[in-house]
Amino acid sequence: MIVETGHYALVLALALALMQCAVPFAGARIHDAALMRVAQPAAIAQFLFIALAYGALTYAHVVSDFSLVNVIENSHSLKPFIYKISGVWGNHEGSMLLWVLVLSLCGALIALFSASIPDRLRADALAVQGLIGAAFLLFILLTSNPFARMTPAPWEGRDLNPILQDPGLAIHPPLLYLGYVGFSIVFSFAAAALIGGRIDAAWARVVRPWTLFAWIALTLGIAMGSYWAYYTLGWGGFWFWDPVENASLMPWLAGTALLHSAAVMEKREALKVWTIFLSILAFSLSLLGTFLVRSGVLTSVHAFASDPERGVFILVILVFFIGGALTLFAFRAGSLPTGGLFAPISREGALVVNNLLLSASCATVVIGTLYPLALEALTGEKISVGAPFFNTVLIPIALPLAVLMPIGQMLPWKRGDLVAALQRLRAAFAIGVLAAAGLAAYFGTPALSIVTAGVAVYLIVGGVSDIAQRMTLRTTSIWSRLRGAPLSAWGASIAHAGMGLTLLGLAAAGWGSETIVAMKPQQSYDVGPYQLAITAITPRNGPNYSEIYAAMDVQKGGATLARIEPAKRFYPARKMARSEAGIVTLGLGQIYAAIGDAHPDGSVDARLYYKPLVTLIWIGALVMAFGGACSLADRRLRIGVARRAAPAALPEAAK
Amino acid sequence: MKRLLTTALILLPLAAHAVTPGEMLADPALEARARAITGELRCLVCQNQSIDDSDAALAKDLRMLVREKLKEGLGDEQVRDYVHARYGDFVLLRPPLNPGTLLLWAAPALALLAGGLALWSASRRNRQTLATAPLTAEEQARLEALTRRAE
Repeated sequence: MIVETGHYALVLALALALMQCAVPFAGARIHDAALMRVAQPAAIAQFLFIALAYGALTYAHVVSDFSLVNVIENSHSLKPFIYKISGVWGNHEGSMLLWVLVLSLCGALIALFSASIPDRLRADALAVQGLIGAAFLLFILLTSNPFARMTPAPWEGRDLNPILQDPGLAIHPPLLYLGYVGFSIVFSFAAAALIGGRIDAAWARVVRPWTLFAWIALTLGIAMGSYWAYYTLGWGGFWFWDPVENASLMPWLAGTALLHSAAVMEKREALKVWTIFLSILAFSLSLLGTFLVRSGVLTSVHAFASDPERGVFILVILVFFIGGALTLFAFRAGSLPTGGLFAPISREGALVVNNLLLSASCATVVIGTLYPLALEALTGEKISVGAPFFNTVLIPIALPLAVLMPIGQMLPWKRGDLVAALQRLRAAFAIGVLAAAGLAAYFGTPALSIVTAGVAVYLIVGGVSDIAQRMTLRTTSIWSRLRGAPLSAWGASIAHAGMGLTLLGLAAAGWGSETIVAMKPQQSYDVGPYQLAITAITPRNGPNYSEIYAAMDVQKGGATLARIEPAKRFYPARKMARSEAGIVTLGLGQIYAAIGDAHPDGSVDARLYYKPLVTLIWIGALVMAFGGACSLADRRLRIGVARRAAPAALPEAAK
Repeated sequence: MKRLLTTALILLPLAAHAVTPGEMLADPALEARARAITGELRCLVCQNQSIDDSDAALAKDLRMLVREKLKEGLGDEQVRDYVHARYGDFVLLRPPLNPGTLLLWAAPALALLAGGLALWSASRRNRQTLATAPLTAEEQARLEALTRRAE
C-alpha cells in the first residue's frame, strides 16, 4: 500500500509539474499576478509529492520488500542499514528518482527564496523548472518505474553491487546531483530572462548565489567521488578520465567559468550574452552527463545500470531542452544590450581570459569524451581517448590558467596596471620559484611535478597575499580591516588557495613510491620513508560478506606508528569479490596497501604505496568549497543589494 | 573447515588487482619501461581501464607480451607499434595522430583560437563604438551648456 502511494504520488507530481509549467507561464504572458503566483505553491507541492514517492521507495528498501523488482535486484535482507538507505539511489530507477527529487527541491528553493525578484522572472523560471521536472517524471513513469512489482515475490534479494556498498555511495551521488541539477536553477533563470527579454546586473545578482550553491555541491561531489575511487579501486588512482568522470567535470568547468563571468556581469554589466550562454551550457552539460551515464552509450566503470532503450528517451529530453534553450538564445541574444566597457588589462579582462581558458578546457573534455562515439558512428573506426590524451592537452591550458589566477585577483575593475599587480605578487612569485628550485635540487625529477608544485605554491601564497595586503592597507583596527574586505574577496582568495593545494597534491604524486611484492609474514618492506610488515593474515565475517585481511604494521625507525588492515572481501549473494585497501594518513601523506592472491609458501601479493601530500588533493577541494561558501555568505549576495561604501571612507574622500 | 574457507577465499581471483609480483621483470629499468608502456594501452575487454590497471586475463596476457618483447630487446616505440599493429587503434589510450583524429588533437588549439578571435573582434567592435559613436544634437547641446557653466 505504501509502495502504491509512492507510485501515485509520482503521478500527482507529474500533474503538478505540468501545472507549474503552464499556469505561471500563461500568467506571465497576460500579466495576471494570480496565475503567476500559482508557481510557488505548485513547486513546493511537487517537491513534497516526489519526496513522498522517494520516502516510499526508501521504506520498501529498508523493510526489504522483495515484491518490488527494484528491491530484489539491489538489496538483501542482511545488507547493512546504511546501504539499504543509500542503495535506493545505487541503481538506475532510484538514481533517476533522486535526480527528480533534487530537481524539485531546486524548484522549491526558488519558490521559497525569491521574494526580492520580479514576479515575471520568477514565474517564467519556475515554469521552465516545471517543464524539466515534467519531462523527467514522464521518463521515470514510462521507462524506469521504481515501483514495479513482481509476483511471486522471492525470499531473498540479489544484493547491491559490492563496489557500491561503501559509505561513498551515501555521500557522492547526492552531492553530485545537487551540483548537476543545481545548475537547472541557473538554466531556468536564463531561459526566463530570454523569454522576458530583460537581462541586467540584477539578474546576475539573483543567479550568482544559485551558481555558487551548485558549484560548491559539484566541487564536493566530484572530490568525494575521486576519493571514493581512490580508496576503493585498489591501486590508488584518483582520476581516470573515465567518460563518466568527464561528464561531471564538464559542467564543473562551465560552472566555474559561469561563476566568474556572472561576477563581471553583476559588477560591471558586461559579458551579459556570454553569461546567459554559460548558464544554458552548464545545465546542458549536466543533461549530457546524465544521458551519457544513463544510456550506456559509453563503456564506463559507472555503467552499472544502463539501458540503451531509455537512452533514446533521455536523448529526446536532451535535444528538446538544449535545442530549445539555444534556439531561444539565438533569437534573443542579438537584441540584448551590451554592457560596460573595459580595458584589456583589468579585472574584467582577466576574467575574460579565465573564461577563455576554462571554456577551451571544457570544450576539450567534451570533444575528447564524445569523439570516439562520433568517429565510430561516422567511419566505423574505433579509437580510445584516455588519460594520456587528456593529460597531454589539458595541462598546457591548466598551468597558465593557474598562473593567471592571482594576477586577475590583483587587478582592479575597469582599468588596471599590470606592473602594479605583478609587484603585489612579488612575494608569491619568489616563494613559488624558491619552492620549485628547492624541490628540483632535492628530487631532480619529474620536471612536470616540480613546475606544478612551484605554480601551486605561488597560487597559495598569491591567494593569501591578496587578503594579507588588504589587511595591511588603509584602515586602523584589525577588526575593521577584517570587516573591510568583503566576504566574496575572502571567498575568491580561499578558493584560489584551495586550487593551489589541490595542484600541490597532484604534483606530489610524482614523488610517491610503489612497491609490488609478494609479502612474506614478519618481513618488513620499505615504502617511502616507512616500513610495512604483515603480522597476521586472518579471515573475518561481515554482515553480508566474508573477508581475509592482512594486519600490517606501519613502522618508522623501529617504532610502530599505525596498523592497517587491507582485505579481500567476498560477497556470496552476487558471488563477487572486491579489495578493501588499508590506508593510514601520516601528516598530509598516506600509506596505501592492497592485497591480492596468496601463495602456498605463505606469502601474499601486495601493492604498497607511499603517497606524499596526497590528501591535499581533496583538502584543496574542501578549501575551494569553503571559499565558495564564504562568497555565498556575502551579505550583498544574500540581500541582493550593493553594499554601501563604508561610512569611514567618507571623511577621507571629503578631504 | 575454517582453514579450507580461508584457502578458498585467498585463492579467489580478485577484481582490480593488476600487475602481480610474479609478472614483473627482474631488471627494474626494464620493468619501469614496461609499466610506462602498459599504462597507455587499453584493456580491450574492460570498462575503460589500462592493461596496467586491469586484472582481466587478456590484460595479463598483453602485459606479459609487452615484457616479452622488451626482453627481446625491442625499443619502447617498437613494442607499442607491435601491439598497435595487432590490436588496432582501439588499444592505444593516446589516440594516434591520423586524418581521423586530427580534429581531436587540434580541438584544444582550435577552441582557444576561436575564442581568441571572438574576443579580438568583440574588443574591436567595442573600441569602434567607443571611438565613433557621435553625440546626438541634444547631447552636444547639454555638453556645451555644461562646459560653459564650468568656465
